[in-house]
Amino acid sequence: MPAGKLRLNSLAGSALSILVTLFGLLVLTFVIGRMMPADPVRAIVGEDATREVYENVYRQLGFDKPLWQQFMLYMRDVLTLNFGTSIRTGQPILQDIARVLPATIELATFAIIIGAGVGVPLGVIAAVNKDRWPDQVIRIISLLGNSMPIFWTGMIALLIFYAGLGWVGGSGRMSQFYIGMVPERTNFLLIDSVLAGQWDVFWSAINHIILPALLLGYSSAAFITRMTRSFMLDQINQEYITTARVKGLSRRQTIWRHAFGNIRVQLVTIVALAYGALLEGAVLIETVFAWPGFGQYLTSNLLIGDMNAVMTCVLIVGVIFIGLNILSDILYRVFDPRTR
Amino acid sequence: MTNAHPTAPAHRTPQFLTATRNILVFLARQPTSLFGLIVLAVLILVAIFAPLIATQDPITQDLNNALQSPNAAHFFGTDELGRDIFSRLVYGARITLTVIFLVTIVVGPIGLLFGTVAGYFGGRVDTVMMRITDIFLSFPSLILSMAFVAALGPSLNNAIIAIALTSWPPIARLARAETLTFRKADYIAAARLQGASPARIIWRSIVPMCLPSVLIRLTLNMATVILTAAGLGFLGLGAQPPMPEWGAMIATGRRYMIDSWWLVTFPGLAILSVSLAFNLLGDGLRDALDPKQMNRR
Repeated sequence: MPAGKLRLNSLAGSALSILVTLFGLLVLTFVIGRMMPADPVRAIVGEDATREVYENVYRQLGFDKPLWQQFMLYMRDVLTLNFGTSIRTGQPILQDIARVLPATIELATFAIIIGAGVGVPLGVIAAVNKDRWPDQVIRIISLLGNSMPIFWTGMIALLIFYAGLGWVGGSGRMSQFYIGMVPERTNFLLIDSVLAGQWDVFWSAINHIILPALLLGYSSAAFITRMTRSFMLDQINQEYITTARVKGLSRRQTIWRHAFGNIRVQLVTIVALAYGALLEGAVLIETVFAWPGFGQYLTSNLLIGDMNAVMTCVLIVGVIFIGLNILSDILYRVFDPRTR
Repeated sequence: MTNAHPTAPAHRTPQFLTATRNILVFLARQPTSLFGLIVLAVLILVAIFAPLIATQDPITQDLNNALQSPNAAHFFGTDELGRDIFSRLVYGARITLTVIFLVTIVVGPIGLLFGTVAGYFGGRVDTVMMRITDIFLSFPSLILSMAFVAALGPSLNNAIIAIALTSWPPIARLARAETLTFRKADYIAAARLQGASPARIIWRSIVPMCLPSVLIRLTLNMATVILTAAGLGFLGLGAQPPMPEWGAMIATGRRYMIDSWWLVTFPGLAILSVSLAFNLLGDGLRDALDPKQMNRR
């Protein structure tokens, strides 16, 4: 069973490297959290706390201990999922994040469906028509998507489609009117409203998510298009494509069945990466659209200097990123027959 | 050893200037990358001659003339404090260029140092250094920059430091990959036999070879850098008022957006055109350096 053993070894290897990366993530967030000039104790006790109160909290947070002990405490807290409470909401940070994350995931998922749905076909069309006008047009469209400051495009889109034309809902996840009408089960509004049979709310939610999702989707479509194009070009230039054509296969069949079939695995990785990158776009777009999600939670904590909450958010983003990498790795193994 | 690498592949260093000229000619021939070149030239000229081009002081308030729509006296209108938006954009070009310049001179050396050292020594050094690089790569750059700014306190300088701290890993990976291809070359072995120290070999023989591709990669990254800087400015984590930073201008203009569209529109167009220019240029550069597309010399 040499092959099986090899595979087990490689699995153990990647598990080890994931652990090392996670550890590094902890070190990095710890270092950033401790190197700040801003005083975390001050942020908690307030400006006019007495010296006694200040020192009490100082000791409670373990700042009087040597750095390595502080790091051990930090590790213990993270491993036991004890991230402390948020200064702003007074609730456990992890609970806060669990509450806001679904809004972002809903938005990002909607966006990636648009992004991949548009990006992949455009990339294939561009590759097939290399250097002709469809390719040039698609190139400009995708470069524009890569270059736009998404917070600005968001505002302009709101100006045109909400304030001007009134086609879509404005900021937030649904109209003010419906807030609190749907019982929160999953915190995914689209799912909750369907579960409760509240179709009005569902359509209001769709109406509100469509614009930010389109903008985020455009920016990831820009990336996905370019990658798809270059993957397709690698395939089209190979001899088996010529062979297939010579054999009498139609152009369409050659491209979609043969060439496209071979890039599916690579595309999975790219889409997973793009999904992670959407988290970044979400930070800005959520501010513009007053979307009560993860990005807004991160930004508002950042602005009041709650470092504990900020570093927890950063840690979670890092973990999500690593998770997506592992996921794409697994999908790669599942889809690519050569890795079996 | 005045001649740093006697047996180096002959076509790289001596013809560097010819190559640069060829690349420029190639870029100028394509309308899209020509547009990129022009926008960047305009940006640099505007930044240098800002006091001559701007019609008003970018900071002085004039509350009697607040929120005027674009007209002959104020090409792009005025903001909520009566400041001329055109003049603010002109001075904002200086901030954008400063960001680009500072990020480049910080990221280039860090990336080069990290990549070449890891690539040259290999083995455990390489593993550890690349693992550190991977950790930085496992964050989206905007979010990591936000974390750094949160720790350092919001300001333009700290935003630049944060962006630099988050954008070196791709450069380091590239420099390492390049180094791996030179490491076993004869001229490196020759330098080693002559008794050159590793530091000297890296500095004199490896770094110059990595430089061209690192510079190109830096250009390619610039669009992202500009968008991140503008994003930080927009979130209030970058340049602070009253600095005429484009992202921060959009953030303050947001409150008056519905009635005064010009407050957010023009700064956004400025950001869009500069980042588009870098993207077009980067795209052109990639084509220019692809041997399949370009017949050098």
